[in-house]
Amino acid sequence: MNKSTLDALVGLFVLVGIVALLFLALKVGNMSALSFTPTYMVSAHFENIGGLKVRAPVKSAGVVVGRVAGISFDDQRYQATVTIALEQRYHFPKDSSAKILTSGLLGEQYVGLEAGGESDSLAEGSIMSMTQSAIVLENLIGQVLFNRAADGGAKKEPPVMRK
Amino acid sequence: MILRAFRYLGQHTLRYLAVLGYASRMFGIVLCAIPRLGRRLRLVMDQLYFVGNHSLLIIAVSGLFVGFVLGLQGYYTLNKYGSEQALGLLVALSLVRELGPVVTALLFAGRAGTSLTAEIGLMRAGEQLAAMEMMAVNPLSRILAPRLCAGIIAMPLLAAVFSAAGIFGGYLVGVGLIGVDTGAFWSQMQAGIDVTGDVGNGVLKSVVFGVAVTFIALFQGYEAKPTPEGVARATTRTVVLASLTVLGLDFLLTALMFH
Repeated sequence: MNKSTLDALVGLFVLVGIVALLFLALKVGNMSALSFTPTYMVSAHFENIGGLKVRAPVKSAGVVVGRVAGISFDDQRYQATVTIALEQRYHFPKDSSAKILTSGLLGEQYVGLEAGGESDSLAEGSIMSMTQSAIVLENLIGQVLFNRAADGGAKKEPPVMRK
Repeated sequence: MILRAFRYLGQHTLRYLAVLGYASRMFGIVLCAIPRLGRRLRLVMDQLYFVGNHSLLIIAVSGLFVGFVLGLQGYYTLNKYGSEQALGLLVALSLVRELGPVVTALLFAGRAGTSLTAEIGLMRAGEQLAAMEMMAVNPLSRILAPRLCAGIIAMPLLAAVFSAAGIFGGYLVGVGLIGVDTGAFWSQMQAGIDVTGDVGNGVLKSVVFGVAVTFIALFQGYEAKPTPEGVARATTRTVVLASLTVLGLDFLLTALMFH
């Protein structure tokens, strides 16, 4: 086989391999994690972030509007500080609230934003004042048991008093 | 009697250690000779043709069939838990993380590895390597280095072709044959696979396997007994040793990467 044919075939092989790699990277993988849309940083304090992780989505009305950029502990207030990267094209009023919600029953946790009513918008470096922490399953179970116990104690009283 | 057993054990352990040290030194020398191949690109291109192009057909077809099987088996199992929509994610994760690099490496060892071992073993049997040393041409940089370089380049490309063909095969069976929703197939896959975490680690694995398999093939050929029987035995040893090494390295790399 002469040189140019061999070179062409080897080049074709390398091309096929690179196309396969590109297919895997773009079509199969989650490229949105590497998106380059301009963002601005906003932070919020939470009592308990539950299972929230960095790079978790930030959704408003179900649409992804940003990502969690960083999670740290504030040892002045003893709360978690979550830094959110919001896409530049979305503006939220200053009194928007952030909640930590779970997608599905046992899915991953994300931050849900609900718009407030103020005319001023959040800017780079703003701190969100209204937040709601994640639901911790143990606290929920404890609450249910406590309510059952309280109901059980209350039910015993009325029959005696009526008679 | 017992002394003889001890002597046997000690002798074999020492010999095994000596071979390991010799192989490591040769690996270092061949690896250092690769950058100097910049001027002898022709050698690498020839080897890339023999190692890559000739393996492309078997890798692509095997990938397709593995994808078919993953699609079928995955569907039957997921159907029991009502999660058929996750078929795309199952097929793609299995291929990209594990099956792509490992099965490609095993097939590569069987196809390209054995041909490398046989070629170099026959060179050794025909005294070509000795003749080269007489001419002050270093066979390690002239013969082994281009082949190692070609193996390192070809393996990740072949693994990517295998994974892509497998995903396409899973798509054909899942969406085409069985009737899983095509939107769910692709969207679940795209939501669940991380490019740097999964695809990137798969590519890294295939590079490591390429180095291991190609070097084992080259070493076995270089150290083969210069007889037809010796070459045949070296070829068998290549496949066995390379396969075991790939599976062992896979466990190591998986534990390191996905914890």
